[in-house]
Amino acid sequence: MHGGSQFKRLMQFLAVALFLGVAGHVHAEYGINFPEPATPSARDIYQIHMRTMTIATVLLIIVFAIVSYSLYAHRKSRGFTPDQNFHRGWFGRWSWVLVPLLVLGVDMTIAGSAEEVLKRLWLVPKDKDMMEVKITGHQWWWEYEYLDQGVRVESRYVPQEKAGSLYLRDVDNPLVLPINTKIRFLNTSADVNHSFWVPQLGFKKDAIAGYITETWAVIDKEGTYRGQCAQLCGTWHARMPIVVQAVTPEKFTAWVGAQKTRMAAAEAEAASGKVWSKEDLLEKGRDLYNKNCSACHQLDGKGLPPAFPPLMAGGGFPAGENMTKPLQERGFFKDGKIVVGPVPKHLDIVLNGIAGTPMQPWNQLNDLEIAAIVTYERNAFNNNTGDVIQPADVAKARGATAPAKSD
Amino acid sequence: MNHATIAHAHEGGHHGVPHGWRRWLFSTNHKDIGTMYLVVSLIMLFLGGGMAMLIRAELFMPGIQLLQPDVYNNLVTNHALIMVFGAVMPAAAGMANWMIPLMIGAPDMALPRMNNMSFWFLVAAALMLVISMVVPFLPGGGTPVNTGWTLYPPLSVQVGMSMDFLIFTVHLLGISSILASINIIVTILNCRAPGMGLMDMPIFCWSWLVTAFLLIVILPPFAGAVTMLLFDRHFGTSFFNAAGGGDPQLFQHLFWFFGHPEVYVLLLPSMGILGHIIPTFARKPLFGYQSTVGAMLAVGTIGLAVWAHHQYTTGLSLAAVTYFMIGTIVISIPVGLLVFNYIATMWRGAMTFETPMLFAIGIILMFSFGGLTGVMLATIPGDIQYHDSYFVVAHFHYALIPGALLGLYAGVFYWLPKWTGNMYDERLGKIFFWMVIIGFNLTFFPQHFLGLAGMPRRIIDYNPMFTEFNMISSIGSFIFGAAHLVFLYVIVKTVRGGARAGDQVWEGAKGLEWTLPSPPPFHTFTTPPQIKLAQSEA
Ligand code: HEC
Ligand SMILES: [Cu+2]
Repeated sequence: MHGGSQFKRLMQFLAVALFLGVAGHVHAEYGINFPEPATPSARDIYQIHMRTMTIATVLLIIVFAIVSYSLYAHRKSRGFTPDQNFHRGWFGRWSWVLVPLLVLGVDMTIAGSAEEVLKRLWLVPKDKDMMEVKITGHQWWWEYEYLDQGVRVESRYVPQEKAGSLYLRDVDNPLVLPINTKIRFLNTSADVNHSFWVPQLGFKKDAIAGYITETWAVIDKEGTYRGQCAQLCGTWHARMPIVVQAVTPEKFTAWVGAQKTRMAAAEAEAASGKVWSKEDLLEKGRDLYNKNCSACHQLDGKGLPPAFPPLMAGGGFPAGENMTKPLQERGFFKDGKIVVGPVPKHLDIVLNGIAGTPMQPWNQLNDLEIAAIVTYERNAFNNNTGDVIQPADVAKARGATAPAKSD
Repeated sequence: MNHATIAHAHEGGHHGVPHGWRRWLFSTNHKDIGTMYLVVSLIMLFLGGGMAMLIRAELFMPGIQLLQPDVYNNLVTNHALIMVFGAVMPAAAGMANWMIPLMIGAPDMALPRMNNMSFWFLVAAALMLVISMVVPFLPGGGTPVNTGWTLYPPLSVQVGMSMDFLIFTVHLLGISSILASINIIVTILNCRAPGMGLMDMPIFCWSWLVTAFLLIVILPPFAGAVTMLLFDRHFGTSFFNAAGGGDPQLFQHLFWFFGHPEVYVLLLPSMGILGHIIPTFARKPLFGYQSTVGAMLAVGTIGLAVWAHHQYTTGLSLAAVTYFMIGTIVISIPVGLLVFNYIATMWRGAMTFETPMLFAIGIILMFSFGGLTGVMLATIPGDIQYHDSYFVVAHFHYALIPGALLGLYAGVFYWLPKWTGNMYDERLGKIFFWMVIIGFNLTFFPQHFLGLAGMPRRIIDYNPMFTEFNMISSIGSFIFGAAHLVFLYVIVKTVRGGARAGDQVWEGAKGLEWTLPSPPPFHTFTTPPQIKLAQSEA
């Protein structure tokens, strides 16, 4: 940031802020008001926002004016004698009726206009042909499932080096949506509460485990719309940006096609029965680990004690019993130190998670991906066990209870 | 031996002021207990304020400079809990202890031993809270509470044992506040001097009467909610776990059934204090005594039934949110009436501007602003954008700092001469006031813009586009923080000496408390005063 441009922006903001208070119809180029809405609902909300803000500003000005006048006129230093009977006049006797009536009038003006918009926002249309997107919040990434198209996208924040000025506002895979299409969003969570908020689309809905919360939108302009998770969801709450890319329906169809090809190729590769070399697995494993696991276990495998254990053997893990006990039982924790446990337990932990901790089941990853990650973990961070895990081993580990997930 | 010491303390009470540590540990004297409450709240204010300084220092620039993310989240949590339960509530309770018996002409609180107990429970709770913060830094201590003061599960189930300490903290605080509330209610209803009817009672007593009833209603559900959380964490129940047939939203309902009225618990005593300060410095009686009492009762009653406006985005039905929206907006009626009455009290008065009055005027203006953004937030279509953004952070600081905290500061300056017998330094008081006003507005006004531009609350790191306003906000907060060093200095200086204050410290002050010497003797009104025909008649 340059000092000069900052000062300029500050002056611009002051000017606009002043103007805003009076006129109440300013566009949002200075980051002091909502960004420009991109859906009809967001536009409705924007209007309500401007209207209530204008009413609030006018009332505030009235209060300031009355108090200022009184401060000026009714002071002892000007020799004003207090009117000891002011509260006994008709005004004193009836103000307890008049003031509430006045406030009630303002209230009804505000509530009345909000009520109608509220209905439109709240009642999600029941059209059969609406597009449906299921949004799942995870600690700390978003999962988007296009229920009609059979496409699934994982969306994660991009580290500062790569994101530059879009740091914490940019993701690896955006939520691509067609414009001029009624879309129903179904929010839920895989762990703790999150909240899906993109200001320009005009809604925020919490993602709660065990619940599905609904919203809807019709985006009417192509563009990139950015938001963030709005509900405190633990350590890296700040690192859950949301990027919506709105494109024409044609481009959307093409994008869906490309996604399907990508997914089919990955699936075919995983199911090919091929035996992979250690080097290939390590390379794949590093990418997948950095993407999926490093938020908690860190890029260097040293973890973030006491919340997240190291995967690097030899380190301590100063957590409570409730955390260390399951690790110990599975052979990953001995004499106060982290060790690399047996392969079957390792696969079990990654596939099924550790109940009651932030360690989620990762069984939506395919066999090849899991094999690569586990191979990586057992050889990186100076663990050097030399173990190589093949997709076939993972398939076996999934066992009879948890059939391989193929979509 | 216990018996012996108590007997001794009791004896001492009859013969004069008991000495040494016994005077404080076993105190049953409302003035001493009031002083202890105030001292504890001052310590907690600095603790919670120090945390706010760390938070603002971290947010001064984008990037993570000072704190680990979970330490940051823990500071956000404890800043709120300490300010609410450690600073504001004890300060208000301290003033209630000191002033209510003096105002109604009672010799002491109705239940002096319980008074002692509720104070020491508060100290125990404060210690428990500190343990909860320290324990994660010890080996095997687990993770810090990183949930925010709302303690929502499932996140609060993931936290280590510091969460359990926090749960017990809530229990202790609940016991302490309920005991104190019972005491205040009994005192007000039974110990008024002969001739003082409820509607002749000073408005501060009314504000506390409503507050005490509110506390008794809202604390048990909250204590129940955290107990259920404790069971979910350790005993395999699923009250809040959907996978086990429970409901994570149930916790939010229980929490906010407590959490929303809690706002009025913080607010009302301070509004009561203003109801004394403004008439004193405007030199004319409170405008609309009856409607002020009515407004306080209405705020308390309606305030109990609008909690879910904190949960608009959680998927409630249209019928539910419509009700909660209208209920919430309706609260503006009694609150508006309160503010109106105070302005009308100033109107056609003969005002002078000593520090307490300066605070009162500042409060009226800034609290009006906070109330108006409150109406914006109550309007659901707007709220689903504002919710959990910095707009909300700005709003509730505008409601609570003027509405609660500054009201208590005003009370401190107003009554400090009565408590200590010494006048405070008026010039320093005014410097403090202006530093507070500048610092506070600089801190929180820009946060409205941050929220509208899309910055969520409770994040440790943010995009560079939010930098400017965060910098302004942090600078403001450092001024606000520094002001409190002046505050501390003024208090210490006044306690240690200064110009002598007479009985009638302020020219325009009315009420029994001003008929007593400053400082009042250890025991006052051992024979009830005679109330002349209602002086506060409206
Ligand atoms: C949301 C945070 C989080 C993410 C993401 C995460 N883990 Fe974990 N992981 C944990 C926690 C917490 C534990 C410890 C649980 C306990 O103490 O019982 C853990 C434990 C483990 C263990 C146990 C052994 C040890 O040495 O600590 C393994 C192996 C593991 N995780 C692998 C992975 C893999 C592989 C991934 C990515 C696919 C991953 N984790 C992603 C939080 C996470
Ligand atoms: Cu989140």
